[in-house]
Amino acid sequence: MQNAIKKWFPILALPTVVAFMISFLIPFVMGIYLSFCSFKTVKNATWVGFDNYLRSFANEDFINALWFTVKFTVISVITINILAFVFALLLTKALRGTNVFRTIFFMPNLIGGIVLGYIWLMIINGFLYYFGATITTSATYGFWGLVILMNWQLIGYMMIIYISGIQNISPDLLEAADIDGANSAQKLLHITIPQVMPSITICLFLTLTNSFKLFDQNYALTAGAPGKQTQMLALDIVNTFYGRVGWQGVGQAKAVIFFLIVAVIALSQLFLTRRKEVES
Amino acid sequence: MAEMVKVAITERKEKLKTPMTAKDWIKFIIMLILSIIFIAPILLVLINSFKGKLYVSNEPFALPSAESFSGLKNYINGIQKIDFFSAFFVSLFVTVCSVALIVLATAMCAWFITRVKTWYTKLLYLLFAFSMIVPFQMVMYPMSQVANITHLDNMFGIVIIYLGFGAGLSVFLFAGFIKSVPLEIEEAAMIDGCGPMRTFFMVDFPILRPSAITVAILNAMWIWNDYLLPSIILNDTRTLPVAIQYLRGGYGSIDMAAMMAMLVLAIIPIIIFYFVCQKYIIKGVMAGAVKG
Repeated sequence: MQNAIKKWFPILALPTVVAFMISFLIPFVMGIYLSFCSFKTVKNATWVGFDNYLRSFANEDFINALWFTVKFTVISVITINILAFVFALLLTKALRGTNVFRTIFFMPNLIGGIVLGYIWLMIINGFLYYFGATITTSATYGFWGLVILMNWQLIGYMMIIYISGIQNISPDLLEAADIDGANSAQKLLHITIPQVMPSITICLFLTLTNSFKLFDQNYALTAGAPGKQTQMLALDIVNTFYGRVGWQGVGQAKAVIFFLIVAVIALSQLFLTRRKEVES
Repeated sequence: MAEMVKVAITERKEKLKTPMTAKDWIKFIIMLILSIIFIAPILLVLINSFKGKLYVSNEPFALPSAESFSGLKNYINGIQKIDFFSAFFVSLFVTVCSVALIVLATAMCAWFITRVKTWYTKLLYLLFAFSMIVPFQMVMYPMSQVANITHLDNMFGIVIIYLGFGAGLSVFLFAGFIKSVPLEIEEAAMIDGCGPMRTFFMVDFPILRPSAITVAILNAMWIWNDYLLPSIILNDTRTLPVAIQYLRGGYGSIDMAAMMAMLVLAIIPIIIFYFVCQKYIIKGVMAGAVKG
C-alpha cells in the first residue's frame, strides 16, 4: 500500500511542500544567513559576522522593547490566568444562562488585533480625556492599556479551557473530600488545582506566547508612542526593517534573537509544566 | 488530553434540576455584570459610530444626542476614505481561497506523511511541527523578497503564501487525526480495487470532516484578521485590516469617527460567522489549542 501511495507524491504532498518551502523554509534559512550580513536588498549582502548581533544588543530601542515585552508578558499572563480561572469556577455549575455568558466572554477572541487596538484606543482616550491626557501621554498608560486589552481578548478563551478541565474532575474526589470535612479552600487547593494542571499548562503556554509575540494590538493602540517607550519586540523588529535605511541586517539579527527567546520560552515552559503534571 | 477536552466540550444538556439558591443568584448577578462589562466596548463602538468627530473624543460614553448625532455620515465618509468594499472583497477572496486550498492540500499532505513511512516524510513532519514555534518576524523580510521574485506579491499569489504558513498547524492537526483512522478500512478499499486517490477522497476525507472544520475555522480566523503579512506582501491591494490601519494618518492623527464606523463594519461579519457556527468555532479553537 505504501508504494502505491508513494507514486502520488506530486499530487498529494508536493503542493503543500512547495508552498511551505517558498514561504517558510527558504526564508528561514535565508534569514539566518542574512542576520550575519549587511544588506539593503538580498542580492548585495556582504558577510559581517556577528556585527549585527552586537549592534542589536547595543541598540537602546531593542533593550527597551525587550524589557517592556517581558514586563507586559509577566503581568498579562498572571492577570489573565487568575481571572479566567475565577470566571471558570463561577461558570462551571449549570447556572441559568451559562451558555450565553460563555458565548459573550469568548467573543472578543475572534476579533482581530488591529480592530481590538482601535476599540480600546477610543475607550481609553475617552476615559483619560477627563484627566486631560491621552494614552500616549505616558508609557504607563500605554502599558496598562495593553494589559487591559489583552485581558479582554483572552480571558474568555482561557476560561473555556479551564471550564473543560474543571468539569473533568471526578465528582467522587470532591465527595470524598466533603466526607472528610474539607472546606472549599482546601478542596480548591488540594483537588481542583492539581486536577486541572493540564489546562493550566495549555493556558500558560497560550497566554505566554501570545503576549510575547504581540504585534497588531501594540501597533494599533500606541504604535510605540510616546517616543518608542511602549514598543514591544515584534514592533521594534518591524520598525528596524522598514523604518531605518541600512539597518536591515540588524533587524534580521533582532528577529533571530526574538525567535530564539520564543523557542526557549515555549519549550522550557512546556517541559516544566508537563513534569509537574506527572508529579501531581 | 484531547479526549478530556472532547468530553468537556460536549455541551452539558442537563436541565436545572434544583431551583436557584440565594448563592446561585449572587453568582448569576456577578456574571451578568461581568458580561455587560465584556460587551460594553463593542456597544460603545456602535454608539460612537453615529456621533460627530468631536463627540467621539470628548464624550465617548454618552449616548448620541440631537446635537452629536451624525447619522450615517461616518459610514459614508469611512467607506469612501478606505475604499471599504474593495478591501472587504479582497479579504473575502483571500480568506475563502486560502482556507479551501489549505484544507484540501494539507489533508492530502498529512495523509501522505502518515501513511508513507520513510526518512523524508519523518523530516517533513518535524519541519512542519518546528514551523509552528517560529515567530513571523523571523521570516518576514526574506519571505517578502522571495514573494517578490516569484511574483506571488498579489492577491492571488498570497493564497500560496498562506498555504505555506498555514501548513505547519494544519498538517499537524490532520496527521494527529489520521493516525486514529484504522488502516484496515483503507486496505479493504484498496483490495476492492480503489486507487490511492479514490481511497483518500472516498474513504478518508469523509472521516476527516471534523478536523477539516477545525482546520478551516482556525485558518479563516487567522487569515481574515491578519495584518502584517498582507501589508508587506500586497502592493496596491488592501485587505480589511490593512485598510482600517490606513485611517491612521501621518503623525498618528486618526479620524476616530470614521474609524468607529469601519470597526462596526469589520466586526459585523465576524459576529454573524460566530453566531452561525458558534459550536464549531469554540470546538475548533479548543482543538487547535490542545494540539498546538
